[in-house]
Amino acid sequence: MSKMEATKDGALLSVRDLRKHFAVKGGILSRVVDQVHAVDGVSFDIGAGETLGLVGESGCGKSTTGRCILRLIEPSSGGIWFEGADVTKMDATALRSLRRDMQIIFQDPYASLNPRLTVGAIVGEALTIHNLAKSRREHEERVVQLLETVGLQPDHMRRFPHEFSGGQRQRIGIARALAVEPKLIVCDEPVSALDVSIQAQVINLLEDLQEQFGLTYLFIAHDLSVVEHISTRIAVMYLGRVVEIAPARDLYDTPLHPYSEALLSAVPIPDPTVKRQRIMLQGDVPNPINPPSGCHFHTRCPIARPDCATRVPELRESRPGHWVSCHYRG
Amino acid sequence: MAEPLLDIRGLKTWFKTDDGMVRAVDGVSLSIDRGETLGVVGESGCGKTVTARSVLKLIDMPPGRFEAGQILWQGRDLIPLDEAEMNKIRAREIAIIFQEPMTSLNPVYTVGDQIAEVIELHQKLSRKQAMVGAADMLKLVNIPNPERRVHDYPHQFSGGMRQRVMIAMALSCQPKLLIADEPTTALDVTIQAQILELMQEMKERFGMAIMLITHAMGVVAETTQRVVVMYAGKVVEEAPVEALFGDPRHPYTQGLIRSIPRVDRSAGRQARLESIPGTVPSLLDPPPGCRFAARCKYVMPACTQAIPPLKEVAPGHKVACIL
Repeated sequence: MSKMEATKDGALLSVRDLRKHFAVKGGILSRVVDQVHAVDGVSFDIGAGETLGLVGESGCGKSTTGRCILRLIEPSSGGIWFEGADVTKMDATALRSLRRDMQIIFQDPYASLNPRLTVGAIVGEALTIHNLAKSRREHEERVVQLLETVGLQPDHMRRFPHEFSGGQRQRIGIARALAVEPKLIVCDEPVSALDVSIQAQVINLLEDLQEQFGLTYLFIAHDLSVVEHISTRIAVMYLGRVVEIAPARDLYDTPLHPYSEALLSAVPIPDPTVKRQRIMLQGDVPNPINPPSGCHFHTRCPIARPDCATRVPELRESRPGHWVSCHYRG
Repeated sequence: MAEPLLDIRGLKTWFKTDDGMVRAVDGVSLSIDRGETLGVVGESGCGKTVTARSVLKLIDMPPGRFEAGQILWQGRDLIPLDEAEMNKIRAREIAIIFQEPMTSLNPVYTVGDQIAEVIELHQKLSRKQAMVGAADMLKLVNIPNPERRVHDYPHQFSGGMRQRVMIAMALSCQPKLLIADEPTTALDVTIQAQILELMQEMKERFGMAIMLITHAMGVVAETTQRVVVMYAGKVVEEAPVEALFGDPRHPYTQGLIRSIPRVDRSAGRQARLESIPGTVPSLLDPPPGCRFAARCKYVMPACTQAIPPLKEVAPGHKVACIL
């Protein structure tokens, strides 16, 4: 990790050796019988104005990482620095002001909006909490402005979430996040629940907003084609660890880690004339309660050698900006 | 020309609700030949799943009802058949697998029991022989340690393994048609690749036809020979897979293909995704005319007058658009 330390300055967000272990309880006394290593030593930086894509399959720890950054989940150990301040050491007051700068939008636009509040109240709530409007009139004007920014109508503010489609609800979630004029937005699978034609609308909106407000995104998704489209750089996760970080195009053109390579080759291409050699991974992702020793991927890796089971590979810079964690690649 | 294996003609499956009649499937015609893989694509609520379930008559009636049309299975209409006759067709001739295997497996029986039940029913074997058959089927779909795994319950399998169990069960009576309703949507990409490869292998081995229902254009491009695109209860385009992706004619199909980000030849962020404005119309008393008119960029006054019929524009390529 020491080699990455140097890049901490200048980054908007730096994450170092982040870990989150969940206790597994069992037996009649609910004793802690095991630990799930959901996030197992993750480090990365995000520069202002960039989009870092975080990809991986179910259970790789990408969402937990996103939530730890906002401290919606308390990390077990590790450091998170936002504009130089250590997020892990913040008290309640400091956290509240942090959340003016950092926001999150969720996958499920049905579950993340309070069904009893009007859209105006949902979007305006943060304005009240952070005292961002001096008068009722200013408050309402701001809500209208936010709704228009995300492509909704001013009269939508008096309606309730159930009256909207999935894509529109995701727009409401985005308007709510924008209310406090954040610098960083953690987008946790923001388009996964949407139909393709609606998905494209929301991706375009996120890109427009980034340009308009100079936003920085941590974009968490399992759909590699969406991540490649929107991201400047991409981090690939497997069983709680980052196995590769590289500029988006670089990762897709020359993936170094065997897992990234297999993951990319598994993405179906919407063109019947393209025939590719697919790298089939055998078996399922192992249980994160008892992850494989050494390199977590060695049980499924096509190029694994005996020592992969004992030595944990470090993330090292193989080419400028292209980091990989494999003993035999890069 | 030989008679198609399955020939759906002008099918209308409607649902009566408190708010009125929902025209979920509203005049759908499609056919599948022996050994062919047909993709049925469209977004949520386009009627693709209801079409698939109509074939096996797995629709609750009421509220659902067949308003019109025929479902010809090897020339014989399935709609007038009673439950007993349908049961002979289900699984023996047409099998179905669903998106979420956990909800279609019985949690209180072992996987072996469930597969053996199907085998017993169709091959008149003893329980013991059927259990051996069940283990063979698990082996066929590449489940490790099949002799041991037959005694496990569904919750002891992962998502990908459960879908393999479903496929094993569906194939155990060697159907002529496998209907796969979003079989990989709930799975991770690497597991999706495994399941799609398995389906392909099984298809070649048993020579069955597959009706693959999905919203994922990438999956369609890689696994099917012919594709039917549905929108708001209707077929808007039908074509061989190369023609559909190479020369999509319907504005909805064009929009659908262009709105997907491409991993293989992307210009990255410079390229903006093409999106289709608006949302899918309500199927309660849909407006007259083309159902896509409200979102179509080429819309003309004539589009809202009458529903455009499906016309053949090239061999095997049909489009429902007046342009």
